[in-house]
Amino acid sequence: MDILSYDFMQRSLLAAVLVGITAPAIGIYLVQRRQPLMGDGIGHVAMTGVGLGFLLHASPVWMATAVSALGSVLMELIRWYGKARGDIALAMLFYGGMAGGVMFVNIAPGGSNANLSSYLFGSLSTVSPSDVTAISILAGFVVVVTLGLRRQLFAVNQDEEFARVTGLPVRALNLLTAVTAAVTVTVAMRVVGLILISALMVVPVAAAQQLTRSFAATLAIAVALGVTVTISGTVTSFYQDVPPGATIVLLTIAAFVVLTALAAPLARRRARAAAAAHPAGDPAECAIPATRGAGDKIGT
Amino acid sequence: MAKEPVIALSGVTAELGARPVLRGIDLTVGRGEVVALLGANGSGKSTAIRTIVGQVPVSDGTIELFGTPRRAFRDWARVGYVPQRTTAAGGVPATVTEIVSSGRLSRTRFGVFRKADRAAVRHALELVGMADRARDSVDALSGGQHQRVLIARALVAEPELLIMDEPMAGVDLASQEVLARTLKAQVEAGTTVLLVLHELGPLEPLIDRAVVLRDGCVLHDGPPPKALGQHALPGHDHVHPHAPAGTEPLRTGLLS
Repeated sequence: MDILSYDFMQRSLLAAVLVGITAPAIGIYLVQRRQPLMGDGIGHVAMTGVGLGFLLHASPVWMATAVSALGSVLMELIRWYGKARGDIALAMLFYGGMAGGVMFVNIAPGGSNANLSSYLFGSLSTVSPSDVTAISILAGFVVVVTLGLRRQLFAVNQDEEFARVTGLPVRALNLLTAVTAAVTVTVAMRVVGLILISALMVVPVAAAQQLTRSFAATLAIAVALGVTVTISGTVTSFYQDVPPGATIVLLTIAAFVVLTALAAPLARRRARAAAAAHPAGDPAECAIPATRGAGDKIGT
Repeated sequence: MAKEPVIALSGVTAELGARPVLRGIDLTVGRGEVVALLGANGSGKSTAIRTIVGQVPVSDGTIELFGTPRRAFRDWARVGYVPQRTTAAGGVPATVTEIVSSGRLSRTRFGVFRKADRAAVRHALELVGMADRARDSVDALSGGQHQRVLIARALVAEPELLIMDEPMAGVDLASQEVLARTLKAQVEAGTTVLLVLHELGPLEPLIDRAVVLRDGCVLHDGPPPKALGQHALPGHDHVHPHAPAGTEPLRTGLLS
Protein backbone atom coordinates (compact mmCIF):
# COMPACT_ATOMS: atom_id res chain seq x y z
CA MET A 1 0.00 0.00 0.00
CA ASP A 2 2.62 2.53 -1.03
CA ILE A 3 -0.25 4.86 -1.97
CA LEU A 4 -0.76 5.65 1.73
CA SER A 5 2.88 6.60 2.23
CA TYR A 6 2.21 9.94 0.54
CA ASP A 7 0.77 12.58 2.86
CA PHE A 8 -1.20 14.23 0.06
CA MET A 9 -2.83 10.89 -0.81
CA GLN A 10 -3.85 10.32 2.80
CA ARG A 11 -5.51 13.71 2.74
CA SER A 12 -7.12 13.09 -0.64
CA LEU A 13 -8.51 9.71 0.40
CA LEU A 14 -9.96 11.16 3.60
CA ALA A 15 -11.57 13.96 1.58
CA ALA A 16 -12.83 11.40 -0.95
CA VAL A 17 -14.54 9.32 1.75
CA LEU A 18 -16.21 12.44 3.18
CA VAL A 19 -17.44 13.42 -0.28
CA GLY A 20 -18.71 9.89 -0.92
CA ILE A 21 -20.81 10.07 2.25
CA THR A 22 -22.10 13.64 2.11
CA ALA A 23 -22.93 14.13 -1.58
CA PRO A 24 -25.52 11.29 -1.83
CA ALA A 25 -26.75 12.00 1.71
CA ILE A 26 -27.99 15.48 0.78
CA GLY A 27 -28.53 14.59 -2.88
CA ILE A 28 -31.30 12.14 -2.00
CA TYR A 29 -33.46 15.01 -0.65
CA LEU A 30 -32.85 17.08 -3.79
CA VAL A 31 -33.91 14.12 -5.92
CA GLN A 32 -36.91 13.54 -3.65
CA ARG A 33 -38.13 17.12 -4.05
CA ARG A 34 -37.46 16.86 -7.79
CA GLN A 35 -34.72 19.47 -7.95
CA PRO A 36 -31.81 17.20 -8.82
CA LEU A 37 -29.92 19.96 -10.63
CA MET A 38 -29.83 22.33 -7.66
CA GLY A 39 -26.31 21.12 -6.81
CA ASP A 40 -25.23 22.16 -10.28
CA GLY A 41 -26.52 25.68 -9.73
CA ILE A 42 -24.82 25.96 -6.36
CA GLY A 43 -21.56 24.76 -7.94
CA HIS A 44 -21.74 27.65 -10.40
CA VAL A 45 -22.37 30.18 -7.62
CA ALA A 46 -19.50 28.75 -5.53
CA MET A 47 -17.07 29.84 -8.27
CA THR A 48 -17.56 33.45 -7.19
CA GLY A 49 -16.54 32.39 -3.68
CA VAL A 50 -13.37 30.72 -4.95
CA GLY A 51 -12.55 33.84 -6.99
CA LEU A 52 -13.12 36.08 -3.96
CA GLY A 53 -10.84 33.81 -1.93
CA PHE A 54 -8.01 34.42 -4.38
CA LEU A 55 -8.70 38.14 -4.56
CA LEU A 56 -8.86 38.65 -0.79
CA HIS A 57 -6.14 36.10 0.08
CA ALA A 58 -8.71 34.21 2.13
CA SER A 59 -9.26 30.43 2.15
CA PRO A 60 -11.12 29.58 -1.08
CA VAL A 61 -12.95 26.72 0.71
CA TRP A 62 -14.41 28.98 3.41
CA MET A 63 -15.17 31.78 0.95
CA ALA A 64 -16.89 29.31 -1.37
CA THR A 65 -18.89 28.01 1.60
CA ALA A 66 -20.06 31.50 2.52
CA VAL A 67 -20.94 32.56 -1.04
CA SER A 68 -22.65 29.31 -2.04
CA ALA A 69 -24.65 29.23 1.21
CA LEU A 70 -25.81 32.76 0.43
CA GLY A 71 -26.57 31.75 -3.17
CA SER A 72 -28.56 28.70 -2.06
CA VAL A 73 -30.68 30.82 0.29
CA LEU A 74 -31.31 33.19 -2.61
CA MET A 75 -32.32 30.23 -4.81
CA GLU A 76 -34.76 29.07 -2.13
CA LEU A 77 -36.26 32.58 -1.86
CA ILE A 78 -36.62 32.74 -5.66
CA ARG A 79 -38.42 29.41 -5.49
CA TRP A 80 -40.95 30.87 -3.00
CA TYR A 81 -41.53 34.25 -4.53
CA GLY A 82 -40.29 33.90 -8.11
CA LYS A 83 -43.34 32.16 -9.60
CA ALA A 84 -43.25 32.30 -13.39
CA ARG A 85 -40.07 34.34 -13.74
CA GLY A 86 -38.17 32.21 -11.21
CA ASP A 87 -36.33 30.26 -13.89
CA ILE A 88 -34.88 33.41 -15.44
CA ALA A 89 -33.77 34.68 -12.03
CA LEU A 90 -32.08 31.34 -11.32
CA ALA A 91 -30.31 31.40 -14.69
CA MET A 92 -28.93 34.84 -13.91
CA LEU A 93 -27.76 33.68 -10.50
CA PHE A 94 -25.97 30.63 -11.98
CA TYR A 95 -24.19 32.40 -14.83
CA GLY A 96 -23.52 35.51 -12.79
CA GLY A 97 -21.85 33.26 -10.20
CA MET A 98 -19.69 31.59 -12.82
CA ALA A 99 -18.73 34.88 -14.52
CA GLY A 100 -17.98 36.46 -11.13
CA GLY A 101 -15.58 33.62 -10.30
CA VAL A 102 -13.63 33.97 -13.56
CA MET A 103 -13.51 37.76 -13.18
CA PHE A 104 -12.29 37.78 -9.54
CA VAL A 105 -9.59 35.16 -10.18
CA ASN A 106 -8.23 37.10 -13.12
CA ILE A 107 -8.09 40.47 -11.36
CA ALA A 108 -6.44 38.87 -8.32
CA PRO A 109 -2.67 39.62 -8.30
CA GLY A 110 -0.91 36.81 -10.18
CA GLY A 111 -4.20 34.97 -10.71
CA SER A 112 -5.29 33.24 -13.91
CA ASN A 113 -7.83 30.66 -15.00
CA ALA A 114 -5.20 28.01 -14.25
CA ASN A 115 -5.82 28.62 -10.51
CA LEU A 116 -9.48 28.03 -11.05
CA SER A 117 -9.05 24.80 -12.95
CA SER A 118 -8.26 22.64 -9.90
CA TYR A 119 -11.49 23.85 -8.26
CA LEU A 120 -13.51 23.22 -11.39
CA PHE A 121 -12.40 19.65 -12.03
CA GLY A 122 -10.85 18.52 -8.75
CA SER A 123 -7.24 17.73 -8.04
CA LEU A 124 -5.54 15.35 -5.62
CA SER A 125 -2.22 17.04 -5.05
CA THR A 126 -3.73 20.37 -4.01
CA VAL A 127 -5.72 19.21 -0.96
CA SER A 128 -3.85 21.03 1.81
CA PRO A 129 -3.91 20.13 5.53
CA SER A 130 -6.05 23.21 6.23
CA ASP A 131 -8.45 22.09 3.45
CA VAL A 132 -8.80 18.72 5.19
CA THR A 133 -9.70 20.45 8.46
CA ALA A 134 -12.30 22.61 6.72
CA ILE A 135 -13.71 19.67 4.75
CA SER A 136 -14.00 17.52 7.90
CA ILE A 137 -15.87 20.21 9.84
CA LEU A 138 -18.24 20.91 6.95
CA ALA A 139 -18.83 17.19 6.31
CA GLY A 140 -19.68 16.74 9.99
CA PHE A 141 -22.36 19.42 9.65
CA VAL A 142 -23.82 17.74 6.55
CA VAL A 143 -23.98 14.33 8.24
CA VAL A 144 -25.63 15.74 11.37
CA VAL A 145 -28.32 17.48 9.28
CA THR A 146 -29.02 14.75 6.72
CA LEU A 147 -29.13 11.85 9.19
CA GLY A 148 -30.24 13.65 12.36
CA LEU A 149 -33.20 15.35 10.68
CA ARG A 150 -33.95 12.58 8.19
CA ARG A 151 -37.59 12.11 9.25
CA GLN A 152 -38.32 15.84 9.09
CA LEU A 153 -36.52 16.31 5.77
CA PHE A 154 -38.22 13.22 4.35
CA ALA A 155 -41.65 14.59 5.29
CA VAL A 156 -41.02 18.07 3.88
CA ASN A 157 -39.51 16.89 0.60
CA GLN A 158 -42.12 14.17 0.11
CA ASP A 159 -45.21 16.33 0.59
CA GLU A 160 -44.66 19.95 1.59
CA GLU A 161 -48.37 20.70 2.01
CA PHE A 162 -48.90 17.83 4.41
CA ALA A 163 -45.67 18.60 6.30
CA ARG A 164 -46.94 22.11 7.02
CA VAL A 165 -50.07 20.69 8.66
CA THR A 166 -47.99 18.44 10.92
CA GLY A 167 -46.56 21.69 12.29
CA LEU A 168 -43.07 21.21 10.86
CA PRO A 169 -41.16 24.47 10.21
CA VAL A 170 -41.29 23.90 6.46
CA ARG A 171 -39.52 27.08 5.39
CA ALA A 172 -36.71 26.64 7.90
CA LEU A 173 -36.22 23.04 6.79
CA ASN A 174 -36.18 24.06 3.12
CA LEU A 175 -33.55 26.71 3.86
CA LEU A 176 -31.54 24.18 5.85
CA THR A 177 -31.67 21.75 2.92
CA ALA A 178 -30.41 24.46 0.57
CA VAL A 179 -27.59 25.54 2.88
CA THR A 180 -26.58 21.93 3.51
CA ALA A 181 -26.44 21.32 -0.23
CA ALA A 182 -24.22 24.41 -0.55
CA VAL A 183 -21.91 23.14 2.20
CA THR A 184 -21.71 19.76 0.47
CA VAL A 185 -20.66 21.45 -2.76
CA THR A 186 -17.69 23.02 -1.00
CA VAL A 187 -16.83 19.72 0.71
CA ALA A 188 -16.71 18.03 -2.69
CA MET A 189 -15.07 20.89 -4.59
CA ARG A 190 -11.43 19.85 -3.97
CA VAL A 191 -11.88 16.22 -4.99
CA VAL A 192 -14.61 16.14 -7.64
CA GLY A 193 -14.59 19.77 -8.77
CA LEU A 194 -17.42 22.31 -8.92
CA ILE A 195 -18.57 21.31 -12.41
CA LEU A 196 -19.04 17.62 -11.58
CA ILE A 197 -20.31 17.75 -7.98
CA SER A 198 -23.95 17.51 -8.92
CA ALA A 199 -23.32 14.12 -10.55
CA LEU A 200 -22.19 12.68 -7.23
CA MET A 201 -25.30 14.04 -5.50
CA VAL A 202 -27.72 12.61 -8.04
CA VAL A 203 -26.29 9.55 -9.82
CA PRO A 204 -25.66 7.32 -6.75
CA VAL A 205 -29.26 7.99 -5.64
CA ALA A 206 -30.61 7.22 -9.10
CA ALA A 207 -28.50 4.03 -9.23
CA ALA A 208 -29.59 2.90 -5.75
CA GLN A 209 -33.28 3.34 -6.45
CA GLN A 210 -33.05 0.86 -9.30
CA LEU A 211 -32.83 -1.78 -6.56
CA THR A 212 -34.82 -0.41 -3.65
CA ARG A 213 -38.36 0.03 -2.44
CA SER A 214 -37.70 2.15 0.64
CA PHE A 215 -36.18 5.55 1.28
CA ALA A 216 -33.94 4.18 4.05
CA ALA A 217 -32.44 1.49 1.78
CA THR A 218 -32.00 3.99 -1.05
CA LEU A 219 -30.06 6.30 1.29
CA ALA A 220 -27.87 3.46 2.61
CA ILE A 221 -27.02 2.05 -0.82
CA ALA A 222 -26.44 5.51 -2.33
CA VAL A 223 -23.95 6.38 0.43
CA ALA A 224 -22.21 2.98 0.14
CA LEU A 225 -21.96 3.47 -3.61
CA GLY A 226 -20.74 7.06 -3.17
CA VAL A 227 -17.90 5.96 -0.87
CA THR A 228 -16.97 3.09 -3.20
CA VAL A 229 -16.69 5.26 -6.30
CA THR A 230 -14.88 8.14 -4.60
CA ILE A 231 -12.23 5.81 -3.09
CA SER A 232 -11.76 3.72 -6.24
CA GLY A 233 -11.77 6.85 -8.40
CA THR A 234 -9.14 8.53 -6.24
CA VAL A 235 -6.92 5.43 -6.28
CA THR A 236 -7.32 5.05 -10.05
CA SER A 237 -6.50 8.71 -10.48
CA PHE A 238 -3.27 8.22 -8.51
CA TYR A 239 -2.02 5.20 -10.47
CA GLN A 240 -3.20 6.13 -13.94
CA ASP A 241 -2.57 9.88 -13.69
CA VAL A 242 -6.10 10.80 -14.78
CA PRO A 243 -8.22 13.62 -13.25
CA PRO A 244 -10.03 12.37 -10.08
CA GLY A 245 -13.34 14.17 -10.62
CA ALA A 246 -13.88 12.79 -14.11
CA THR A 247 -12.80 9.29 -13.02
CA ILE A 248 -15.22 9.29 -10.08
CA VAL A 249 -18.15 10.53 -12.14
CA LEU A 250 -17.56 8.03 -14.96
CA LEU A 251 -17.33 5.19 -12.40
CA THR A 252 -20.63 6.37 -10.85
CA ILE A 253 -22.36 6.35 -14.21
CA ALA A 254 -20.93 2.88 -14.94
CA ALA A 255 -22.36 1.69 -11.61
CA PHE A 256 -25.73 3.17 -12.58
CA VAL A 257 -25.70 1.25 -15.89
CA VAL A 258 -24.74 -2.03 -14.21
CA LEU A 259 -27.39 -1.67 -11.46
CA THR A 260 -30.06 -0.78 -14.02
CA ALA A 261 -29.23 -3.94 -15.98
CA LEU A 262 -29.42 -6.00 -12.77
CA ALA A 263 -32.68 -4.37 -11.70
CA ALA A 264 -34.84 -5.61 -14.57
CA PRO A 265 -34.83 -9.33 -13.55
CA LEU A 266 -35.15 -8.30 -9.90
CA ALA A 267 -38.27 -6.26 -10.64
CA ARG A 268 -39.81 -9.20 -12.53
CA ARG A 269 -39.15 -11.52 -9.59
CA ARG A 270 -40.73 -9.04 -7.18
CA ALA A 271 -43.79 -8.66 -9.38
CA ARG A 272 -44.24 -12.45 -9.37
CA ALA A 273 -43.79 -12.56 -5.58
CA ALA A 274 -46.32 -9.75 -5.14
CA ALA A 275 -48.83 -11.52 -7.36
CA ALA A 276 -48.41 -14.67 -5.25
CA ALA A 277 -48.78 -12.74 -1.99
CA HIS A 278 -51.98 -10.97 -3.06
CA PRO A 279 -53.74 -13.59 -5.20
CA ALA A 280 -57.15 -11.90 -5.16
CA GLY A 281 -55.66 -8.72 -6.54
CA ASP A 282 -57.35 -5.38 -6.48
CA PRO A 283 -59.89 -4.18 -8.96
CA ALA A 284 -58.19 -2.77 -12.01
CA GLU A 285 -58.16 1.02 -11.87
CA CYS A 286 -59.53 1.33 -15.38
CA ALA A 287 -62.71 -0.60 -14.55
CA ILE A 288 -65.67 1.81 -14.45
CA PRO A 289 -67.50 1.49 -11.12
CA ALA A 290 -71.06 0.32 -11.60
CA THR A 291 -72.48 3.37 -9.85
CA ARG A 292 -70.99 5.75 -12.37
CA GLY A 293 -71.87 6.39 -15.95
CA ALA A 294 -69.21 6.53 -18.60
CA GLY A 295 -69.68 10.24 -19.14
CA ASP A 296 -69.37 11.26 -15.49
CA LYS A 297 -66.53 13.40 -14.40
CA ILE A 298 -64.71 11.60 -11.66
CA GLY A 299 -63.67 14.12 -9.03
CA THR A 300 -61.21 16.56 -10.50
CA MET B 1 -74.24 27.03 17.82
CA ALA B 2 -74.53 24.83 20.88
CA LYS B 3 -71.37 22.82 20.32
CA GLU B 4 -67.90 24.25 20.77
CA PRO B 5 -66.64 25.21 17.32
CA VAL B 6 -63.56 23.33 16.14
CA ILE B 7 -63.30 25.27 12.89
CA ALA B 8 -64.69 28.80 12.53
CA LEU B 9 -64.35 30.80 9.34
CA SER B 10 -65.77 34.28 9.22
CA GLY B 11 -65.88 36.46 6.13
CA VAL B 12 -62.90 34.67 4.58
CA THR B 13 -61.75 35.91 1.18
CA ALA B 14 -58.83 34.56 -0.84
CA GLU B 15 -57.35 35.07 -4.27
CA LEU B 16 -55.33 32.76 -6.47
CA GLY B 17 -53.21 35.13 -8.51
CA ALA B 18 -55.53 38.04 -9.25
CA ARG B 19 -58.65 35.87 -9.41
CA PRO B 20 -60.94 36.00 -6.35
CA VAL B 21 -61.71 32.41 -5.36
CA LEU B 22 -63.39 32.93 -1.99
CA ARG B 23 -65.62 35.99 -1.60
CA GLY B 24 -66.50 35.95 2.09
CA ILE B 25 -67.10 32.47 3.46
CA ASP B 26 -68.69 31.83 6.85
CA LEU B 27 -68.30 28.26 7.99
CA THR B 28 -68.47 26.71 11.43
CA VAL B 29 -67.83 23.10 12.29
CA GLY B 30 -68.77 22.02 15.81
CA ARG B 31 -67.10 19.27 17.83
CA GLY B 32 -68.10 15.82 16.61
CA GLU B 33 -69.80 17.13 13.47
CA VAL B 34 -69.24 15.69 10.01
CA VAL B 35 -69.51 18.46 7.43
CA ALA B 36 -69.22 18.00 3.68
CA LEU B 37 -68.14 20.85 1.42
CA LEU B 38 -69.86 20.43 -1.92
CA GLY B 39 -69.88 22.42 -5.11
CA ALA B 40 -68.96 22.34 -8.76
CA ASN B 41 -65.39 22.38 -9.97
CA GLY B 42 -63.94 25.86 -9.43
CA SER B 43 -66.49 26.79 -6.74
CA GLY B 44 -63.69 27.27 -4.18
CA LYS B 45 -64.19 24.22 -1.99
CA SER B 46 -60.57 23.01 -2.17
CA THR B 47 -59.31 26.56 -1.68
CA ALA B 48 -61.51 26.90 1.42
CA ILE B 49 -59.91 23.79 2.90
CA ARG B 50 -56.45 25.00 1.99
CA THR B 51 -56.94 28.35 3.71
CA ILE B 52 -57.81 26.46 6.89
CA VAL B 53 -54.55 24.50 6.83
CA GLY B 54 -52.56 27.60 5.89
CA GLN B 55 -51.63 26.53 2.38
CA VAL B 56 -53.47 29.42 0.72
CA PRO B 57 -53.11 32.92 2.24
CA VAL B 58 -56.27 34.68 3.35
CA SER B 59 -56.77 38.28 2.17
CA ASP B 60 -59.58 39.10 4.60
CA GLY B 61 -61.65 37.52 7.36
CA THR B 62 -60.67 35.29 10.27
CA ILE B 63 -60.04 31.58 10.72
CA GLU B 64 -60.01 29.90 14.11
CA LEU B 65 -59.00 26.33 14.93
CA PHE B 66 -60.09 25.02 18.35
CA GLY B 67 -60.83 28.61 19.36
CA THR B 68 -57.33 29.89 18.49
CA PRO B 69 -56.62 32.20 15.54
CA ARG B 70 -55.03 30.02 12.85
CA ARG B 71 -51.83 32.09 12.72
CA ALA B 72 -51.24 31.47 16.42
CA PHE B 73 -52.36 27.82 16.29
CA ARG B 74 -49.48 25.44 17.06
CA ASP B 75 -51.21 22.27 18.23
CA TRP B 76 -51.14 20.57 14.83
CA ALA B 77 -51.13 17.07 16.28
CA ARG B 78 -54.88 17.60 16.87
CA VAL B 79 -55.42 18.00 13.11
CA GLY B 80 -55.20 15.18 10.56
CA TYR B 81 -54.98 16.36 6.96
CA VAL B 82 -55.52 14.39 3.77
CA PRO B 83 -54.52 16.54 0.78
CA GLN B 84 -55.52 15.76 -2.78
CA ARG B 85 -53.55 12.73 -3.80
CA THR B 86 -51.65 14.55 -6.54
CA THR B 87 -49.63 16.65 -4.08
CA ALA B 88 -47.74 13.70 -2.61
CA ALA B 89 -45.16 12.43 -5.05
CA GLY B 90 -41.51 12.28 -4.17
CA GLY B 91 -38.73 11.40 -6.59
CA VAL B 92 -37.30 8.64 -4.39
CA PRO B 93 -38.97 5.30 -3.54
CA ALA B 94 -40.69 5.19 -0.15
CA THR B 95 -42.53 2.41 1.65
CA VAL B 96 -46.04 2.58 3.01
CA THR B 97 -44.60 2.59 6.55
CA GLU B 98 -42.24 5.47 5.77
CA ILE B 99 -45.07 7.60 4.39
CA VAL B 100 -47.41 6.89 7.30
CA SER B 101 -44.59 7.52 9.82
CA SER B 102 -44.22 11.08 8.56
CA GLY B 103 -47.74 11.75 9.90
CA ARG B 104 -46.58 10.83 13.41
CA LEU B 105 -43.89 13.53 13.60
CA SER B 106 -46.28 15.94 15.29
CA ARG B 107 -46.47 13.54 18.26
CA THR B 108 -42.72 13.03 18.62
CA ARG B 109 -40.00 15.16 20.18
CA PHE B 110 -37.40 16.09 17.55
CA GLY B 111 -38.58 13.26 15.29
CA VAL B 112 -37.34 10.49 17.59
CA PHE B 113 -39.62 7.45 17.27
CA ARG B 114 -40.45 5.37 20.34
CA LYS B 115 -42.22 2.05 20.70
CA ALA B 116 -45.63 3.74 20.98
CA ASP B 117 -45.03 5.64 17.74
CA ARG B 118 -44.20 2.47 15.81
CA ALA B 119 -47.28 0.80 17.28
CA ALA B 120 -49.40 3.78 16.20
CA VAL B 121 -48.12 3.41 12.62
CA ARG B 122 -49.02 -0.30 12.59
CA HIS B 123 -52.44 0.47 14.07
CA ALA B 124 -53.19 3.18 11.48
CA LEU B 125 -52.31 0.76 8.68
CA GLU B 126 -54.63 -1.85 10.18
CA LEU B 127 -57.45 0.73 10.29
CA VAL B 128 -57.28 1.18 6.52
CA GLY B 129 -56.56 -2.47 5.78
CA MET B 130 -53.06 -1.89 4.46
CA ALA B 131 -51.02 -3.65 7.17
CA ASP B 132 -50.00 -6.42 4.77
CA ARG B 133 -48.50 -3.84 2.39
CA ALA B 134 -46.46 -2.03 5.06
CA ARG B 135 -43.10 -2.78 3.46
CA ASP B 136 -44.19 -2.25 -0.15
CA SER B 137 -43.23 0.81 -2.15
CA VAL B 138 -46.11 3.27 -2.51
CA ASP B 139 -45.36 3.35 -6.25
CA ALA B 140 -46.62 -0.24 -6.45
CA LEU B 141 -50.10 0.69 -5.10
CA SER B 142 -53.30 1.43 -6.96
CA GLY B 143 -54.92 4.85 -6.64
CA GLY B 144 -57.36 3.59 -4.02
CA GLN B 145 -54.67 1.90 -1.97
CA HIS B 146 -52.54 5.04 -2.14
CA GLN B 147 -55.47 7.08 -0.82
CA ARG B 148 -55.87 4.62 2.08
CA VAL B 149 -52.18 5.17 2.92
CA LEU B 150 -52.67 8.95 2.95
CA ILE B 151 -55.63 8.55 5.29
CA ALA B 152 -53.55 6.32 7.57
CA ARG B 153 -50.90 9.07 7.55
CA ALA B 154 -53.54 11.54 8.77
CA LEU B 155 -54.92 9.14 11.42
CA VAL B 156 -51.56 8.08 12.86
CA ALA B 157 -51.28 11.18 15.06
CA GLU B 158 -54.72 10.30 16.53
CA PRO B 159 -56.25 13.68 15.57
CA GLU B 160 -59.46 15.19 16.96
CA LEU B 161 -60.17 16.88 13.64
CA LEU B 162 -59.86 15.34 10.18
CA ILE B 163 -59.68 17.60 7.13
CA MET B 164 -59.90 15.77 3.81
CA ASP B 165 -59.76 17.09 0.26
CA GLU B 166 -61.65 14.80 -2.13
CA PRO B 167 -60.77 11.56 -0.33
CA MET B 168 -62.91 9.53 -2.73
CA ALA B 169 -61.55 10.96 -6.00
CA GLY B 170 -60.31 8.25 -8.33
CA VAL B 171 -60.73 5.56 -5.69
CA ASP B 172 -61.93 2.06 -6.65
CA LEU B 173 -65.09 0.70 -5.08
CA ALA B 174 -63.35 -1.72 -2.72
CA SER B 175 -61.22 1.10 -1.31
CA GLN B 176 -64.26 3.42 -1.10
CA GLU B 177 -65.95 0.91 1.17
CA VAL B 178 -62.84 0.56 3.35
CA LEU B 179 -62.59 4.34 3.60
CA ALA B 180 -66.25 4.74 4.50
CA ARG B 181 -65.89 2.09 7.22
CA THR B 182 -62.71 3.72 8.58
CA LEU B 183 -64.34 7.10 8.67
CA LYS B 184 -67.44 5.72 10.40
CA ALA B 185 -65.29 4.29 13.19
CA GLN B 186 -63.51 7.63 13.59
CA VAL B 187 -66.79 9.55 13.75
CA GLU B 188 -68.20 7.14 16.32
CA ALA B 189 -65.09 7.75 18.42
CA GLY B 190 -65.92 11.47 18.38
CA THR B 191 -63.62 12.80 15.65
CA THR B 192 -64.75 15.99 13.92
CA VAL B 193 -64.60 15.82 10.12
CA LEU B 194 -64.59 18.44 7.38
CA LEU B 195 -64.28 17.00 3.91
CA VAL B 196 -64.51 18.17 0.33
CA LEU B 197 -66.60 15.85 -1.79
CA HIS B 198 -67.55 15.82 -5.42
CA GLU B 199 -70.49 13.57 -4.71
CA LEU B 200 -71.85 12.24 -1.44
CA GLY B 201 -71.53 8.60 -2.50
CA PRO B 202 -70.92 5.93 0.15
CA LEU B 203 -70.22 8.56 2.84
CA GLU B 204 -73.75 9.95 2.68
CA PRO B 205 -75.05 8.28 5.87
CA LEU B 206 -72.19 9.82 7.92
CA ILE B 207 -72.74 13.43 6.88
CA ASP B 208 -74.49 15.68 9.40
CA ARG B 209 -74.42 18.85 7.38
CA ALA B 210 -73.55 19.95 3.87
CA VAL B 211 -72.16 23.32 2.86
CA VAL B 212 -72.55 24.03 -0.83
CA LEU B 213 -70.29 26.61 -2.45
CA ARG B 214 -70.77 28.42 -5.72
CA ASP B 215 -68.36 30.98 -7.15
CA GLY B 216 -66.68 31.40 -3.78
CA CYS B 217 -69.88 32.02 -1.78
CA VAL B 218 -71.86 29.77 0.55
CA LEU B 219 -75.05 28.85 -1.27
CA HIS B 220 -76.50 26.32 1.14
CA ASP B 221 -75.67 25.36 4.73
CA GLY B 222 -77.87 22.69 6.24
CA PRO B 223 -78.88 19.07 5.97
CA PRO B 224 -77.29 17.26 3.05
CA PRO B 225 -79.40 17.54 -0.11
CA LYS B 226 -81.54 14.45 -0.58
CA ALA B 227 -79.99 12.39 -3.31
CA LEU B 228 -82.28 11.31 -6.09
CA GLY B 229 -79.69 9.16 -7.75
CA GLN B 230 -76.20 10.28 -8.66
CA HIS B 231 -77.35 12.79 -11.24
CA ALA B 232 -79.44 14.90 -8.88
CA LEU B 233 -76.48 15.86 -6.70
CA PRO B 234 -75.81 19.55 -6.22
CA GLY B 235 -73.71 21.11 -8.87
CA HIS B 236 -73.67 18.02 -10.95
CA ASP B 237 -73.30 19.13 -14.51
CA HIS B 238 -74.36 16.75 -17.19
CA VAL B 239 -71.42 16.83 -19.49
CA HIS B 240 -71.99 14.61 -22.44
CA PRO B 241 -68.80 13.93 -24.34
CA HIS B 242 -70.83 12.85 -27.35
CA ALA B 243 -72.77 16.13 -27.52
CA PRO B 244 -71.77 18.53 -30.29
CA ALA B 245 -68.87 20.79 -29.41
CA GLY B 246 -69.90 24.12 -27.88
CA THR B 247 -73.15 22.78 -26.42
CA GLU B 248 -73.84 24.25 -22.96
CA PRO B 249 -73.84 21.54 -20.31
CA LEU B 250 -77.35 20.71 -19.13
CA ARG B 251 -77.63 21.87 -15.51
CA THR B 252 -80.17 20.23 -13.27
CA GLY B 253 -78.44 20.50 -9.87
CA LEU B 254 -79.13 22.91 -7.04
CA LEU B 255 -76.59 25.31 -8.38
CA SER B 256 -78.29 26.06 -11.68
